[in-house]
Amino acid sequence: MSAEPTVGRKIGDVILDVANVSLSFGGVRALNGVSFDVNEGEVRAIIGPNGAGKSSMLNCINGFYKPTEGMITFKGESHHQMETYESASQGIARTFQNIALFKGMTTLDNIMTGRNLQMKKNFLWQALYFGPALKEELENREVVEKVIDFLEIESIRKTVVGRLPYGLQKRVELARALAAEPDMLLLDEPMAGMNHEEKEDMCRYILDVNDEFGTTIVLIEHDMSVVMDISDRVVVLDYGEKIADGTPDEVRANQRVVDAYLGVQHD
Amino acid sequence: MFYREAGQFKSTYQTDQAIFPIVQDRWFMALVFIVAFVVIPLVADEYWHQAIIIPFLILALAAIGLNILTGYAGLVSLGTGAFMAVGAYSTYKMSTAFPDLNIIIIFLLSGVFAAMVGMVFGAPSLRIKGFYLAVATLAAQFFILWVFNKVEWFFNYSPSGTITAPPRELFGVLVTGPEASPVARYYVCLVFLVVFAFAAKNMARGRLGRSWMAIRDMDIAAEIIGIRPLQTKLSAFGISSFYCGVAGALYIFCWLGSAETEAFDILNVSFPVLFMVIIGGLGSVLGAILGAAFITLMPIFLTNAPPMIGIHLAADLQKHIEEIILGLMIITFLIVEPAGFNRLWQIAKEKIRKWPFPY
Amino acid sequence: MEVLNTFLIAPFLDMADSPIFLLEVVIGGLMAGVMYSLVALGFVLIYKASGVFNYAQGAMVLFAALTLVGLMENHVPIIVAIILTMAVMVGVAMLIERYMLRPLVNQAQIILFMACIGLNFVFEGAGQIAWGSNVKKLDIGIPENSFEIGGVLLNAFDLTAAITAAILVAFLAVFFQKTAIGRALRAVADDHQAALSVGIPLKTIWVIVWSVSGFVALVAGIMWGGKAGVQFSLVLIALKALPVLILGGFESVPGAIIGGLLIGVFEKVSEVYWGPAFGGAIEGWFAYMAALVFLMFRPQGLFGEKIIERV
Repeated sequence: MSAEPTVGRKIGDVILDVANVSLSFGGVRALNGVSFDVNEGEVRAIIGPNGAGKSSMLNCINGFYKPTEGMITFKGESHHQMETYESASQGIARTFQNIALFKGMTTLDNIMTGRNLQMKKNFLWQALYFGPALKEELENREVVEKVIDFLEIESIRKTVVGRLPYGLQKRVELARALAAEPDMLLLDEPMAGMNHEEKEDMCRYILDVNDEFGTTIVLIEHDMSVVMDISDRVVVLDYGEKIADGTPDEVRANQRVVDAYLGVQHD
Repeated sequence: MFYREAGQFKSTYQTDQAIFPIVQDRWFMALVFIVAFVVIPLVADEYWHQAIIIPFLILALAAIGLNILTGYAGLVSLGTGAFMAVGAYSTYKMSTAFPDLNIIIIFLLSGVFAAMVGMVFGAPSLRIKGFYLAVATLAAQFFILWVFNKVEWFFNYSPSGTITAPPRELFGVLVTGPEASPVARYYVCLVFLVVFAFAAKNMARGRLGRSWMAIRDMDIAAEIIGIRPLQTKLSAFGISSFYCGVAGALYIFCWLGSAETEAFDILNVSFPVLFMVIIGGLGSVLGAILGAAFITLMPIFLTNAPPMIGIHLAADLQKHIEEIILGLMIITFLIVEPAGFNRLWQIAKEKIRKWPFPY
Repeated sequence: MEVLNTFLIAPFLDMADSPIFLLEVVIGGLMAGVMYSLVALGFVLIYKASGVFNYAQGAMVLFAALTLVGLMENHVPIIVAIILTMAVMVGVAMLIERYMLRPLVNQAQIILFMACIGLNFVFEGAGQIAWGSNVKKLDIGIPENSFEIGGVLLNAFDLTAAITAAILVAFLAVFFQKTAIGRALRAVADDHQAALSVGIPLKTIWVIVWSVSGFVALVAGIMWGGKAGVQFSLVLIALKALPVLILGGFESVPGAIIGGLLIGVFEKVSEVYWGPAFGGAIEGWFAYMAALVFLMFRPQGLFGEKIIERV
């Protein structure tokens, strides 16, 4: 895997700032005072052993879990807590660790749901399927078709996603997230359960998205070679606490990270 | 050989998204319309209209409504009867209070009332899910019917407690009440069904339908995408109840003529309509119509079949045998094709497409 | 003001007026509640083990009671009749497993629910064809006289029924918590496939569960039938048990028991003290509304744990 970050990318200012976020369920503390930031246009990885609170962190960022303490600032707007559906309108999209597609719908319909927020016509127009509603439908279909084209899933456009193989489902899920044209993309283990080739494909898509659309990417991944290759900076969590933060090289050299997660290095 | 899409190229997204993308389908639909609008009124006698065709059209409309809620949005409701009753009683109140108001407008307004009631009882769906919600909708069923039974204002203080459809005209033709001709009532029901079936199909394949299905398939992911759960569920409840309300209004005004709340009983309406939706195929407008045809025809067939082959049974015994057969048929059908008539229809189309060379 | 008085003040004044009467009403409610618990328990057992919302539970009660009465009318001694009826219920359970559950395994819950409504029709039709549809008297020799304890009027039949039901409920609770079958059942309830993979015989468990719930239906049928005669309306007690289920939770045995008692008391008290204010006949929906309002504030039911949703 030699997907070097392309030259010419623009890393901008801080787009997401996570400040001192804690989260607990009953007595269990899933996150404990975690702080980090993400710059615009950056590929940022969150790593750590199982149960370290990585997915909980993403869930806090897009409002699915409400942090018990702390503040999350996205594009200059600060939130302590927010409704889950608000994150999408702010420009955050995500994929899930266990695929969360709408299994009874076709690929096309799944991706079209990603355009929901851009569609405004009320139900009376939709019932007529005529005039403005039709125009809106077709315009959004065009955006979706571009995404389909980009991820090379034209052939499964009208297939019900429940019947697709795992790797393709992951790709459809990415397509659905991209269809919303987000400013920031959260990827929860985008390569889990994939073989080597599928992983390479997925890496290429992620880097292309980052490169072509300038989308900020925050990802969780267990495959260290992938993480170290594609990310600009890495946060390491362990037992809900941040134990390291920095460039891949810095993190790799950090003794606490080696003890908690990486173990003895082989290369 | 005759039914295939080879050679029919689509060059715009609009043609790709048409309801009937294949030419042969469009011809078939045209044929169905000719039969429905021209042939049936010429051929069918009063018994056919009154016993089979009109109830079928009305229940199909209710089934499409319930399918929006249960099939597309995944919210099981056992309160269909109650929402239909809201439509029927508001039509009754409005048509007696404003005799000059066009009856079609009254039907539609009644649907709006039903939609509002439906949204009130749908509000708990944000917190209550699955069968808990199904049982909760029973609260609506029993409560609403109790209200219509108890509060005399709703049936204009008539001593019998029944509501009777007053005669109302449309384009100079009597369409409601006992004096109206079956053909006139047939046309009213047919037009409602056709218009609202297409409207349902259009909503289902647009943004609204996708939001419903997204909530149904995975509500958490849908919410993260930006679909508001409460709004979406309420829209499903509202639109579904609108359909049921209009169907309920037609049920009294174009079919029964007069009725008490018992006509909207759970066993008379809510369960049969749910059967139609399931046997027809969840999440399919066509399925709801096919399911309605099946469930309306089945008891009539069962009642008439034994005398036809020369068996005469005591009414009581006949009724129980019908019950058993209906129950067994439902179970068998669910085992054979849980996805319903809609799926059978798809399979049949697939077979015809390949005929006569299946490989 | 008038309205507030009828709904919010007068009923409580009535209660305070005659505490003995209130106590009688509450006890009456508890006894009806035990019956609800019994029917709800039948639902819960089947739901836990096979994920099926068995709408036919009420029809099973009718079917079992009709079979028992039919046998007794043919001069079968009562003990033998009960045993035979039980054998019939086991046979029915096996048929249901073989011809309904097995072919429908892994289908969506709503499909199974629909199948159970179909089953409901079959039970209703079959029971009435076999044993006729007249109201039948079921006399199993429980005294029906009333007596007084500390000024409170009690009915011997109700008391016997309540005690029997309580014993049965306790027995079932122990059976499903402490025995190997109980453990297997809970495993199946948690995850069918995982249970299969460790060698739990799914089919046997289903037959056992449906048989046990047939047994529960029989007991409920004896009690309700003994009181009000065996008739078609027994089917409707299933509808009475549904608010219990949403209150106590579909999967909770203690929920079914406590929920049943609560609904029983609540229903009786509201009927006696608030019924007239509403114009009567409120028992059809009051329990549902109460359960619904309760669920709005506590969606996980009486005993459910707070649900943490994950993605």
